[in-house]
Amino acid sequence: MLKFTEEHEWLKIEAGVATVGITEHAAGQLGDLVFVELPETGSTFAKGDTAATVESVKAASDVYCPLDGEIVEVNQAIVDDPSLVNSDPQGAAWFFKLKLANPSEADALLEEAAYKELVA
Amino acid sequence: MEQNPHLKHTPLHALHLSLGARMVPFAGYDMPVQYPDGVMKEHQHTRVAAGLFDVSHMGQVIVRPKSGKIEDAALALEKLVPVDVLGLGEGRQRYAIFTNAEGGILDDLMIANRGDHLFLVVNAACKDADFEHLKKGLADTCEVTMLDDRALIALQGPHAEAVLGELWADVSAMRFMDVAEADLHDVACIISRSGYTGEDGFEISIPVASAVDVTQRLLEHPDVKPIGLGARDSLRLEAGLCLYGNDIDTTTTPVEGAIEWAMQKARRAGGAREGGFPGADRILGQLADGASRRRVGLKPEGRAPVRGGANLFADAEGKTPVGQVTSGGFGPSVDGPVAMGYVDAGHIEIGTTLFAEVRGKYLPIAVAALPFVKQTYKR
Repeated sequence: MLKFTEEHEWLKIEAGVATVGITEHAAGQLGDLVFVELPETGSTFAKGDTAATVESVKAASDVYCPLDGEIVEVNQAIVDDPSLVNSDPQGAAWFFKLKLANPSEADALLEEAAYKELVA
Repeated sequence: MEQNPHLKHTPLHALHLSLGARMVPFAGYDMPVQYPDGVMKEHQHTRVAAGLFDVSHMGQVIVRPKSGKIEDAALALEKLVPVDVLGLGEGRQRYAIFTNAEGGILDDLMIANRGDHLFLVVNAACKDADFEHLKKGLADTCEVTMLDDRALIALQGPHAEAVLGELWADVSAMRFMDVAEADLHDVACIISRSGYTGEDGFEISIPVASAVDVTQRLLEHPDVKPIGLGARDSLRLEAGLCLYGNDIDTTTTPVEGAIEWAMQKARRAGGAREGGFPGADRILGQLADGASRRRVGLKPEGRAPVRGGANLFADAEGKTPVGQVTSGGFGPSVDGPVAMGYVDAGHIEIGTTLFAEVRGKYLPIAVAALPFVKQTYKR
């Protein structure tokens, strides 16, 4: 199941665990990323909490946790090479995997078509 | 794209849109922050080839002596700046600052001696206040005119001389901070060999009617790309140059700001025209005794950029505050984060490790020499 948020994150949900990243639209708006800070594995966040930070040459931006849950894995590859977020934001440059506290809450997130309309 | 009706446009506004620029409000103008290449590539291109910047939002001011004698204009202007204007030769330009009675900085600017008048370039955000300040201070001796019929562009980078040389052969005779008049494509332009990137380069004042034409022709050169405000900021930060409003302002003096090199001997203690500018007592006192804080370069030890506003501490627990970052970001040529800021005098030795508060953590950051990149001015 692929879902999106109004804060420009995507979630690929399998068996109650969401792989989370930022959308192509967001990566384009941010410009060349030079630094990524990811949460620690095992930490828990509520929906809307700042879970990660991305920085371009010019500015720092927060990446919000899209749903309540626990971080079970983070993608070290984007910390080592932040430009991966610009080149493959909805593929190899996922940010973290979130074990959802209430998987059914994902139903309220945006479908791809609705997200595309939002950023059109 | 949304247009803010309250923002002013430079003469090159439509050209920016046609080049695909992303526009942002800056100092009351709708300005290009980046073009499709993006900040990183624009920055790198300027360091290896030539970048073209629209700086038409800045104020261009003519100060003309009523007596016809340039010395009278120079001496009058010296009442507002702690700089040797009288000693500035014809065809030469000098960095200056307007000070206030407390020794703070009202703006920084360039002053050029154009023979029968002085030509000033001031910051966009300050230009109306500067104009009033100049009129008030110089009314008896000079006519002060803000030029609203000229655009200003900067051509910066190692290929800038060759590019401009194709239009004007004499360009190679210019040295850093020379100012000359030249016809570019039959348009009378005022050219200074200066800039805000740390690179060799030129600033070119062009009559509005021909601004788009001259700019487009420069952009046709394969070595030239348009550069936005984003890269302008990272370039100047690596070059250790102050951004007015961030790194210097009314609460900082030239000595605290580490720009006292702009004050020549003639205006210092024992000089031919010692003092005589606003805040002279405080500024000359700090020159003699030192200031309690100082602007320094700061090099974060990790990869995380440390931005303006971050507090600095002597210890990793954030117990002993020693200053604040005023500009910080990522330096594409340095390939790492760079910053500058004010630090208490006891902690400014190069190599001192301080700690910057970033998102609740205290990140090590070293006091570093400025600039972060070698300046390549043609002196």
